[in-house]
Amino acid sequence: MSGLHDQDEVPLLAVRGLAKYYGARRGCANVSFDLHQGEVLAIVGESGSGKSTLLNLIAAELEPDAGSVAYRLRSGETRDLFGMGEAERRLLFRTDWGFVRQDAAQGLRMGVSAGGNVGERLMMTGARCYGDIRATAGDWLERVEIDPRRIDDGPRQFSGGMRQRLQIARNLVTRPRLVLMDEPTSGLDVSVQARLLDLIRNLVADLGLAVIIVTHDLAVARLLSHRMMVMKGGAVIEEGLTDRVLDDPQHPYSQLLVSSVLAA
Amino acid sequence: MNPTSYEPASGYNFAYLDEQTKRMIRRAILKAIAIPGYQVPFASREMPMPYGWGTGGVQVTAAILGPQDVLKVIDQGSDDTTNAVSIRNFFRKTAGVAVTTRTADASIIQTRHRIPETQLSAGQVLVYQVPIPEPLRFLEPRETETRKLHALGEYGLMYVKLYEDIARNGHIATTYAYPVEVAGRYVMDPSPIPKFDNPRMHDMAALQLFGAGREKRIYAVPPHTSVRSLDFTDHPFTPQVFTEPCALCAARGVYLDEVILDDRGQRMFVCSDTDFCEERRASGHRGHLLGEAPAALSGQPAQQEAC
Repeated sequence: MSGLHDQDEVPLLAVRGLAKYYGARRGCANVSFDLHQGEVLAIVGESGSGKSTLLNLIAAELEPDAGSVAYRLRSGETRDLFGMGEAERRLLFRTDWGFVRQDAAQGLRMGVSAGGNVGERLMMTGARCYGDIRATAGDWLERVEIDPRRIDDGPRQFSGGMRQRLQIARNLVTRPRLVLMDEPTSGLDVSVQARLLDLIRNLVADLGLAVIIVTHDLAVARLLSHRMMVMKGGAVIEEGLTDRVLDDPQHPYSQLLVSSVLAA
Repeated sequence: MNPTSYEPASGYNFAYLDEQTKRMIRRAILKAIAIPGYQVPFASREMPMPYGWGTGGVQVTAAILGPQDVLKVIDQGSDDTTNAVSIRNFFRKTAGVAVTTRTADASIIQTRHRIPETQLSAGQVLVYQVPIPEPLRFLEPRETETRKLHALGEYGLMYVKLYEDIARNGHIATTYAYPVEVAGRYVMDPSPIPKFDNPRMHDMAALQLFGAGREKRIYAVPPHTSVRSLDFTDHPFTPQVFTEPCALCAARGVYLDEVILDDRGQRMFVCSDTDFCEERRASGHRGHLLGEAPAALSGQPAQQEAC
């Protein structure tokens, strides 16, 4: 995997001391990391470990209690996400970012055809030519291995795996630089999962995407990510290159996590 | 019908609503005029008629009505349907104002689903009855979210609807309540008028007010404001076109209603604006079916039982 980057380069995303408390309970605390362009970071941990909280904080869907998220815009300027106005942030999220959700029903408009779903971001950013929107949507369906003849079918007529692929197309159509993925493969059967992972891996490599992928599945982390963070109880307990963490876990909890994977 | 005034019924404040309520509605109207196309919330009152019968329009009319005003009320273009007759009688009783069916004579026109064919002039006010004021409602059910979309001017979703229309039907199949952009800013539901009427909202000399009673919203288009129907560059907005003229008054380029004549497929197309049609007939225009049309449609009895 080509995860190497110039150490002098300003990171695409710089997270510092991010914390969120639900009352007295800790959602996540003191999380810091850098993410460079083209890099895939996996966040692993058991349910309730704070990984989804962290992802939602980065996506500005939750307000943090402490910390900052700085993002390097296409213009080269680095801005704090929470210092931006909402209008600017929303524009950024629908052009330069993507968010692939665990439940496709949340990430898609279920009452709108596949073409409309993929075209929405284009129309949101000012595309006003039906023919162009449709052609682009058709191209993207093909790229995520959905038959373009199904462009007018709704997501309800799609299988779980197709819905996830449609969600990916919908997010990538504006060629974002950063994509957040929340358990994109859970709930799919194993062969579909493998195909989806393969697709994601190719797209990430082709488009040079930076990805933060939240998963409880270590195999997914192994396949996709360059680096990984292990979370427990809202804190990052181990961080490093994926192969290093999986092959030589240092923290007792990481060791437990790695050893509890069932071998087929 | 000529403008005539009546003694109002006793026991009611002028135009039914109390003065404080009218002030509250006027404030909402002023705000709406100041921000064209923006939906202003207001404390809609219970009116002595069911929701869906024009409670929003009636409250707006009551708030702006003065003793000197001449009121016209239409429903689908017609002056003599139940809804129009009831509302006209309501204001005749509670305000004692003059009522008319002639568009040119009216200072306030309350309407449901149509804009009168006769061009409106400066000083006239057109009050629309609105069932659902939110153009994004069926795309985005959350009110918090639709307000945010309006505030940020994010109208991509509206185009998703038009896209779906074309994808399913090959053309934009929305024929009424066709979304418009007002003064280059807010996207607005023009109420369920046919899209035929959309171009006539643009740069209109009269003030256009919209009242939604159940949804508690008032919005407005000030005189001479740009109103643009949303469309795609390769699927431009096109109003309905009628191939034949009105069967009674031979008018072309007006909105026509289809009337079924018998059970053997016979039908006729007549002006939906009854006042416009009657005036044309009075000035000698004759459609090809005028002689044989049912008496109720040819205009004669309507004059006898004028209210």
